[in-house]
Amino acid sequence: MKYFLRKLFWFIFALYIAVTINFILPRLMPGDPVSVLVNRLQGVDENSMDAIRAAFGVDTEKSIVTQYFEYLGNILRGDLGISTSNYPHKVWDVVATALPWTIGLMGIATLFSFLIGTVIGIVIAWKRETKLANGVLGVFLFIRSFPYFWFGLILVYFFAFHRQLFPLGGAFAIGVTRADGWAFVRSVIYHGILPGLTIAISSMGYWMLTIRNNMINVLAEDYIVVAKAKGLPLARIRNRYAARNAILPSVSGFAMALGFVISGSLLTEMVFSYPGIGFMLYQAVQQQDYPLIQAIFLFIAVSVMVANFLSDLVIMFLDPRVRDGGKQ
Amino acid sequence: MIKDMLKLFIENRKALAGVIILGLFILMALLAPLLAPYGPKQDSDDLGRFPLMAAPCDAHPLGTTNAGYDILSQLIYGSRVTLTVGILTGLLTSFISLSVGLFSGYLKGAADDVISFITNIFLVIPSLPLVIVVASYVPMRGVVPIIVVLALTGWAWGARVVRAQVMSVGEREFVKVAEVMGENSLVIVFREILPNIISLVMAIFFTSTIAAIIGEATLEFIGLGNVSTVTWGTMLFWAQNNAALLMNAWWWFLPPGLGIGLLGTSFALMNFAIDEISNPKIRKR
Repeated sequence: MKYFLRKLFWFIFALYIAVTINFILPRLMPGDPVSVLVNRLQGVDENSMDAIRAAFGVDTEKSIVTQYFEYLGNILRGDLGISTSNYPHKVWDVVATALPWTIGLMGIATLFSFLIGTVIGIVIAWKRETKLANGVLGVFLFIRSFPYFWFGLILVYFFAFHRQLFPLGGAFAIGVTRADGWAFVRSVIYHGILPGLTIAISSMGYWMLTIRNNMINVLAEDYIVVAKAKGLPLARIRNRYAARNAILPSVSGFAMALGFVISGSLLTEMVFSYPGIGFMLYQAVQQQDYPLIQAIFLFIAVSVMVANFLSDLVIMFLDPRVRDGGKQ
Repeated sequence: MIKDMLKLFIENRKALAGVIILGLFILMALLAPLLAPYGPKQDSDDLGRFPLMAAPCDAHPLGTTNAGYDILSQLIYGSRVTLTVGILTGLLTSFISLSVGLFSGYLKGAADDVISFITNIFLVIPSLPLVIVVASYVPMRGVVPIIVVLALTGWAWGARVVRAQVMSVGEREFVKVAEVMGENSLVIVFREILPNIISLVMAIFFTSTIAAIIGEATLEFIGLGNVSTVTWGTMLFWAQNNAALLMNAWWWFLPPGLGIGLLGTSFALMNFAIDEISNPKIRKR
């Protein structure tokens, strides 16, 4: 329980820090987002202008402390301001249209990547003296060294442009709508394959390496030697004795790395013009839509923190040593 | 100790391959004016203007861009900035990680609590989005802000690993002996503890350099770098912006990505070798 409370406190505090960073950053920077905003919105009447300034929380007549508390209050009420590039839509509504795409794509890709990468890692740790295992390891180390957006570009080039097996981008075919039911679902899956593969393949190496290194450490433990000496079936030793003990860091890494995958999906979405959070961030940066940039950053930060928190809880359930307060 | 390490490093085949690849890249960057057939932004010579978007041919072994720049020359010149930024950022990041980790690991107590707290915050905040947000606010476009932003967002992981290692080394007998003998804290940290975590420091340097190389390319690809300088990242930016892909101009986006990947691989190989050397369990028999 003490562990849970400590983690909960940490979670809330980290959240608060992320929100505060979001408040401080634009005010710390030499550039002036507000003047950009004003320039962009020429032709918007004075009342709306004031509303936008207020929404952005930059009101030069108020003290910075007042601004800060108003900003915190707005966030608590779920008011993230107005998007300047999608004026007059609220930032929250704009983000909400992109969210399901990223979550769907990312969630499925991450899960597959984690499962496949972990299984490969277990196998190549078990068979690590073989050429094949070393080859697989080498290939993944190699893939990891490439920027994943470039990897996405290559996939698009070969499988979408050259072979035309998959669409070049987007989340579903033009002309298909939600009303089409299964045709829509099929189109969404079809469009999600390449970006999903990009994310999955580029992050798979991480899972593979994590479990491999742990497996190797576990395999050197005495109880494995004893199990082997007892003549237990090798598959049983591998799965029940070694993998089961080696998987814990992978599970916590699974949540930790959601941050990486969100960042990964960011560029993947850009390459595939996939209408998720990442593509939206890219567009927001290009159009200097600061309220939207801030909101997306906040959203990504919050989701990573939630993921971290969940991973702590998972660890708490899986590892009795942690559950009992970390004492030996 | 360090000499032994160097020897093992040269004897390890993975490390040697890494060193050779890196060496070739460094050579390429240093000798760029000699190696490159043209300038990075040269669009004509005595024979006239270069063809636009030309496929690889005798005059342009890697083809040209839509502005007629020779891609091989851009690739060779581009290695300069990419390599410099990568290594400088890697050095800066590891320096911050190392100082923060050493101090919080050795000092313990309240100072450690505060530093760990800050480290944890940086660990939890997703760095690429933060980098993008910061870079989009910074009005200055160029190499320096990229280095600063990447280093400031990338040090936390290394600091945490160093701290853990310092705490464990700090419990060993030779450190205790030095403490009893009344050695100054700084001397203990640098003379006794640091040499014992050299392999970890190198691993952190390699890892953060890979991260920096990819991070730099990423920022430039998004257009947050100085798009007028020629680096592997900005090459990809221009290729993407001019729809090189849809023009079938594979020669434009393939080489810079391969360059980044190979450079990253060379650091990954050295890092892997370090792992093998310092962790006997991973080493083959």
